[in-house]
Amino acid sequence: MKARVFVTLKSGILDPQGKAIEGALRSLGVEGVTSVRQGKVFDIELEATDFGKGEALLKQAADKLLANTVIENYKVDVVE
Amino acid sequence: MNSAVLIFPGINRERDMARTLTLISGREPAMVWHTERELPADTDLVVIPGGFSYGDYLRCGAIAARSPIMDAVRTYAAEGGLVLGVCNGFQILCEAGLLPGVLMRNENLRFICRDVFLRVERSDTPFTRGYNAGQVIRVPIAHGEGNYIADGETIARLEGEGRVIFRYSSPDGMIDPNWNHNGAINAIAGIVNERGNVLGMMPHPENHVEPAIGTTDGRGLFAGLAAALQHAA
Repeated sequence: MKARVFVTLKSGILDPQGKAIEGALRSLGVEGVTSVRQGKVFDIELEATDFGKGEALLKQAADKLLANTVIENYKVDVVE
Repeated sequence: MNSAVLIFPGINRERDMARTLTLISGREPAMVWHTERELPADTDLVVIPGGFSYGDYLRCGAIAARSPIMDAVRTYAAEGGLVLGVCNGFQILCEAGLLPGVLMRNENLRFICRDVFLRVERSDTPFTRGYNAGQVIRVPIAHGEGNYIADGETIARLEGEGRVIFRYSSPDGMIDPNWNHNGAINAIAGIVNERGNVLGMMPHPENHVEPAIGTTDGRGLFAGLAAALQHAA
């Protein structure tokens, strides 16, 4: 089973890296970008074939390590 | 003072810390590798030094915070044992849930390596009894991620309970955005847990303990700890 875990900053948390990227896009002449927030994507392969079990395992992985839930949200997406 | 200095792969300030602890207490600390499951039995101070554990992969301190020795540190802290985390050590304590909040990328996105001034907010903790409340000390910082942040409720609680121990300040103790080098909320440089036995701080007091360096402002922290432990014994 293949899955993707998206980790993003909670709204209201300052993102200096996102701000810098936003500024760089502007200086490159990429017009019309009003905001950039940086996050992480984890591509994960699992032994599990059962969707529910796989999803539960990924949530555990995200809660225990992949995300710091003080500042980050996560979303689990089972791809196939 | 029987201290234990924890070592994780990528930590690089453990020898500065060990040198200072030996200099001040007269006893060499135990150096404890991260795969250990127990602290030495006679430990009365655990120190998590600075560096780049696991290359700052994932998030600063995230992987170190989940290593076997940290379960022992959690138990030790729950029993009231003294824990000091400096720089990466502070990041590890936050990731381990022993301190609230998180250290984000510096506001100016740069790694900052320089001396800073800290205002000591309280002198009635085991970590700061070597100082006077309101005293300003000069110690170095060296970090890319020291911008302390927590949710509003946590900050209100930290402030309300007097758990902010060090703040970045001007040389005369004024809190001013120009002297808040990494952009930390309320210029927070160091905090303690609810019980007051776990301190995390970004600056490196262990680097300012010998006159040859030019200032010994960091000495009070370690001398104070040694005195507190002697007093308790």
